[in-house]
Amino acid sequence: MTATTPAPKGTQPEGAGEGAALLEVGDLSVTFATDRGTARVVHQLSYSVGHAETLAIVGESGSGKTVSSRAVMGLLPPAAKVTGSIKLNGLELAGLPEHEMRRHRGRDVAMVFQDPARSLNPTMKVGEQVTEAIRLQSRTAKRQARQQAVDLLGQVRLPSPERRFHEYPHQLSGGMRQRVMIAIALAGSPKLLIADEATTALDVTTQAQIMDLLLDLQTEYRMGLILISHDMGLAASYAQTVMVMYAGQAVELAPVGELFTGVRMPYTKVLLDAVPRLDLPPHSPLPVVSLRAPDLTRPAPGCAFAPRCPRCADDCRQQDPVLEEHENKHFWACFHPEEPATAPTQAAPVREAAGPGAAVPGAPVQEVRQ
Amino acid sequence: MSAMLATDPGGVPAAGEGGEPLLRVRDVVQEFQLPGRGTVHACSGVSLDVREGEALGVVGESGSGKSTLVRSILQSPRPKSGQVLFLGQDLTRLRGKELLATRRHVQTVYQDPFGSLEPRWKALDIVAEPLVGYGVGDRRSRRARAAELLEMVGLDPAVHGRRRPAQLSGGQCQRVAIARALALQPKLLILDEAVSSLDVLSQSQVLILFERLRTELGLAYLFVAHDLAVVKQVSDRVAVMYLGKLCEVGPAQELYAAPRHPYTSALLASVPSPVPGRRARAPITGEVPSALDPPSGCRFRTRCPRARDLCAVEAPRPRTVNQGHTVACHFPIDQPEAAT
Repeated sequence: MTATTPAPKGTQPEGAGEGAALLEVGDLSVTFATDRGTARVVHQLSYSVGHAETLAIVGESGSGKTVSSRAVMGLLPPAAKVTGSIKLNGLELAGLPEHEMRRHRGRDVAMVFQDPARSLNPTMKVGEQVTEAIRLQSRTAKRQARQQAVDLLGQVRLPSPERRFHEYPHQLSGGMRQRVMIAIALAGSPKLLIADEATTALDVTTQAQIMDLLLDLQTEYRMGLILISHDMGLAASYAQTVMVMYAGQAVELAPVGELFTGVRMPYTKVLLDAVPRLDLPPHSPLPVVSLRAPDLTRPAPGCAFAPRCPRCADDCRQQDPVLEEHENKHFWACFHPEEPATAPTQAAPVREAAGPGAAVPGAPVQEVRQ
Repeated sequence: MSAMLATDPGGVPAAGEGGEPLLRVRDVVQEFQLPGRGTVHACSGVSLDVREGEALGVVGESGSGKSTLVRSILQSPRPKSGQVLFLGQDLTRLRGKELLATRRHVQTVYQDPFGSLEPRWKALDIVAEPLVGYGVGDRRSRRARAAELLEMVGLDPAVHGRRRPAQLSGGQCQRVAIARALALQPKLLILDEAVSSLDVLSQSQVLILFERLRTELGLAYLFVAHDLAVVKQVSDRVAVMYLGKLCEVGPAQELYAAPRHPYTSALLASVPSPVPGRRARAPITGEVPSALDPPSGCRFRTRCPRARDLCAVEAPRPRTVNQGHTVACHFPIDQPEAAT
């Protein structure tokens, strides 16, 4: 599947060959045994992330975005069956036994989760938790590790880090707790950081601060960054490359500018159109969409989105479209994609007129603006 | 689902000017004592109106007091001071049966679709329950009405009506909660983060439902949420709250296009937009101060880029900057060509 793996962006100088990618995921599949049969949670997923690149993986709950990233971390429960390849700096992580994976987790790849309150130990001072993370990664004397922890807490812009060091998680706000989680993730100076809905539970002004922090740290540490989110706006604002997932598969992947000005996969378009927007007037019509979620235990032949797709045709129900590069760095998995944006100079976007057929974009209206 | 038409913006009733508003909140103060730590100033003198058939949005971050405001309106608990006039009656002075009789016209839908529904009951019984509580009709007419209500919110009474909450999706549960809220034909629906826990697509479909119901039933909404885009979508007017006080109230389109309060402006600038390449640095630093010890003067001044000495001394009073647009700020942002 290397043919469909896009060349990583942001690594042009040092011989941007195939081997230049930091993370290369190839043909990754994850299945779970459930009482209703085997659930195909991630299916033949391939993508790559370059050094210092930011990839956003977007999708609804159940799209496989979290499970695929936990597979990279080696954090799936034993019941999960993982196949395919996960290469970090050329080193195969898939299939590594836990004691070996442990050597890479934290040092090579680290993760920040949505709920810092549940990830932190409530009975331990936050500074001690950062110290512990540092000492897990390197044999540092306790006193020295403590000093490093204070430095790290300062680096994640926790206000008055010396004082906060001695506080417990419940004494901190949600934003501060997330800063502590980021400090813990940075303790091993990872090459790849995965932020799984890391700002979803935060207020919007705090989210903006945490995103600034993550991107600054990324530049400083030259980390690859994977942002997992349901929020298309977050992806558009902070990522270089965006991958859209549906029913465990990547359905569209492109540099951020291409994707948001020239959506091709109908699912991506549905996802974009369904979100209320700040730049449209109140009471703007929203498209009616089918809410029938895909059944992962009984994947029907053909495209997983076909039953809900406004552009579905007969071939979509027979053959599963493959994610392929159709335009320069723009990949999509669809037999009948949206028309490309025709008039990119148009300033004001207009959604289709309201009405029973509003969900069926006969003449696709592209949302293009500067 | 033929009933689920996209909303028609032209069909949304215009907010009636003049006349007595449906809900009139005046100087509502709510405080809580924390033993040994002091007083939480959750809501400090909030005044706003909701007119008949109007959708008023209330936005704010956590700790802004928006949920406290909702609970103060519902009298649970009663506000420490201030008035809540609904249909001309002051809810803060009503007791027992009188309060219940008035409050049936105000119904609420909360954030958690599962937590707010009785897990052992079937959807039809959940929807019929307010009719039982208020002794409306007999068993048969109540079931017929419940079926009608489920249909109104886009559910099939024969299928979904027999299911229990655990057998329904989050969006479907929220529809059941909406049907229940409509059972007593309220005039005002309070929607407290009512779509916040839903996935993107089911959220959009519930928003369509809200817009349609308002047009069809002539309802007024008090739509409380932290998501600025969602609030703009459903609201005619919007009120912005910060640390227990209102910063700015105005027509939705104007307030979003030309915010006058520095906090509103910062809030809007913080929202990531699906227009790539427009990333700006976070517009404000720090976090919301503790409501145990709010800053003197203007409560936003500790984070405000425009703050001057006066802001620490004197709390700004709301003043009108445009028709129906008020701002509580000593140094509001100039918007010469305020959008309409």
